[in-house]
Amino acid sequence: MTQARTFRHGIHPAEHKALTAGRLIERIAFPDEVILPLAQHIGAPSRPLAKPGDKVYRGQIIAAEGGFVSVPLHASVTGTVSAIAKHHHPNGSLADAFVIEVEQNSPQTLYDEHATDWEEMPPSALIEHIQRGGFVGLGGAAFPTHVKLAIPEGKHARWLLINGCECEPYLTSDHRIMLEWADSIFLGVRVLARILGAEKSFIAVETNKWDAIKTLVSRIPADLACELVPLETKYPQGAEKMLIKAVLDQEVPSGKLPIDVHVVVQNVGTVAGIGDFFAFGQPLIERVVTVTGPAIRRPTTLLVPIGTRLSNILEHCGGLTEDAREILFGGPMMGTPQQFLDVPILKGTSGIVCLTEEQVKSRQEYPCIRCAACLDACPIFLNPSALGSLARTARYDEMMDYNIMDCMECGSCSYVCPSNIPLVQRFRVAKGVLREKQARGKAA
Amino acid sequence: MTRRDPQFVIATPPFAKRAVDTPAIMRHVIYALVPVMIAAVYFFGVSALLLIAVCTGTCMLLEWLLTGRGNLGNSPVRDGSAAVTGILLALTLPPGLPLWMAALGSAVAIVFGKLLFGGLGQNVFNPSLTGRAFLQACFPVALTTWSPQGGLGAFLEMRGDTLALPLLRPVFDGISAATPLARMKFESEPTDLGALLFGTIPGSLGETSAILILLGGAYLGWRRFLNWRIPVGIFATVYLFASALNMIDPGRFTDGLHHLLSGGLVLGAVFMATDPVSSPVTPRGMWLFACGIGVLVILIREFGGLPEGVMYAILLMNAATPLIDRITQPGIYGAVDHRAGRGD
Repeated sequence: MTQARTFRHGIHPAEHKALTAGRLIERIAFPDEVILPLAQHIGAPSRPLAKPGDKVYRGQIIAAEGGFVSVPLHASVTGTVSAIAKHHHPNGSLADAFVIEVEQNSPQTLYDEHATDWEEMPPSALIEHIQRGGFVGLGGAAFPTHVKLAIPEGKHARWLLINGCECEPYLTSDHRIMLEWADSIFLGVRVLARILGAEKSFIAVETNKWDAIKTLVSRIPADLACELVPLETKYPQGAEKMLIKAVLDQEVPSGKLPIDVHVVVQNVGTVAGIGDFFAFGQPLIERVVTVTGPAIRRPTTLLVPIGTRLSNILEHCGGLTEDAREILFGGPMMGTPQQFLDVPILKGTSGIVCLTEEQVKSRQEYPCIRCAACLDACPIFLNPSALGSLARTARYDEMMDYNIMDCMECGSCSYVCPSNIPLVQRFRVAKGVLREKQARGKAA
Repeated sequence: MTRRDPQFVIATPPFAKRAVDTPAIMRHVIYALVPVMIAAVYFFGVSALLLIAVCTGTCMLLEWLLTGRGNLGNSPVRDGSAAVTGILLALTLPPGLPLWMAALGSAVAIVFGKLLFGGLGQNVFNPSLTGRAFLQACFPVALTTWSPQGGLGAFLEMRGDTLALPLLRPVFDGISAATPLARMKFESEPTDLGALLFGTIPGSLGETSAILILLGGAYLGWRRFLNWRIPVGIFATVYLFASALNMIDPGRFTDGLHHLLSGGLVLGAVFMATDPVSSPVTPRGMWLFACGIGVLVILIREFGGLPEGVMYAILLMNAATPLIDRITQPGIYGAVDHRAGRGD
């Protein structure tokens, strides 16, 4: 085996993946009620089609896409729409959401189960079909999948890069998907490669998942131009830019997209979902969620209908421990802390990480001693030390000279900082202020 | 509307954190200095012990008095950086220095070298060297009077005039010895390299044993508590520059190895120049900083009026650090302008 490839810099946080990596994906029982927010993805929210009182079927479209950068929303259960109302959203806001009461004793069969004859369809029709399936990136960002597949005029895609890194500590949903659903993944790869006209596909997996690498290698169809690329286990290996650097040794120019270096990146879970959609017509109505952390009694990997409440899932997993103090949607490096137990699982919720008091207690902040650990960690080669001291005194404009807008908030600098300076938090504030300023400048 | 569940903390990611914090780094620097201190006490007896105690004590006491307002619980003195300043200053002093001078130098180091700039992380110059530069300017004779070494047998024997009273002229009787650099400069007489390496030579407390300092530095470099680029850059520059001069005129210029192992170079390169606060943060900046120090050291030693130049070389490059940082920003991932290199 050749040396596993990687990018430069980055960090090695404790993985904690053994809690769930060895457990089969387990389907959770249908809850009594699901909450489906209209805004579950980047871009315009979906427009409601169904009305309160309507009976809806599992897999039926209940809200149309709100524009090109948007996807329709499907009922994740068979039942009755009881309301379209404001509800707690995992991002901390109150947002419009369908509330669907689940029909008792329903077989919960799929609304429109059929295989799609994708080999005969032109790429544009395939892209439309994927949009109709409601697909967004399942790795966490929830960017509509079809938008990445629609290549702008004058550009072309040479490589399809499937992201199976799952570099966040604790999370193992992609790991389980690769172990259990290899055939769905390869069907998805075929469809996407055909849409893009890609020369070759790569599936990139960190070497802490050798079992997944072996499984996939043994299952690659002979007629598929697809290569498994083992990558060093290092955070943030799964970030698009780091992945492209590691696999293809290319850098995406600052402010540009992967397609500018002829690459399209898709998460492995998204690809498996698309495979299933073309195989038997199931749109994005359920997803794999790792429920883990020291503060949950029974860590496991679940297959959950989108819209299932957090409280239902915690209950299924035996509940929280006494010292639970933080529940994250996503991993500990970039996840979103939750304040309410009634928030729903969204399309982009890759994991639920429950942390204890000990893990989230605040640490004393010391002055920056310019130790440069952050410079050696930053995968973008920024200078977080200088940026941090500028942010501390709100000198946001000067931060532009230090390329603050290229920061992807991966948290590597905060992780290594011996002075416990909340660098990422300060950078988020700075970026928010600067973006607002830019928007105002454009409007004026 | 449900109220926020008070059980849950509102905080921002990341929630994973490397265990090492700033006080831990300071502690490890002190651990790395322990062998050097033991060697100093072995070579120079109780005088060395008293010097280290007085310098460290003065630095810590003044920082506590001037910042903590009496509350030890949250005083910055707890982070350990004042102790490091005191120990490092002591290691640059000659063993026979009167204690009151050491205390005065420590006060200047901690107050003018650090606290007046705003405390930890804010100072431009290395605090220990600021204190030493002050002493060198005030008491040039006392700072260049080197006592010879004794072993454990001479432990209780005071070197020089350790207990002299403040402002009275200390008595330096005949038992002074020339450092290897002074012997080389003024008498053109080289010292055996083995003696330099193991430290059986006259000199300041910490500049005598190169090998113990290198061991401490290697430990800190391995734990990533100091940046290896700076000492490596200094050693390389000093060796290459001195060897080049030596090749041109061996009669006039000392050879590279002798320069490397003598005087305060090893101590300065490993423990002073690597002070993160007063050295650059960028990889290319560190190389530039190290080269600057190396060149200045040889220029001062070979062409200046002093036998030793490490202190001034480091202080001068400290002053250049903000500028160096500014002009050596790393080229970012995907930089449109590829001229900016990354330097590591």
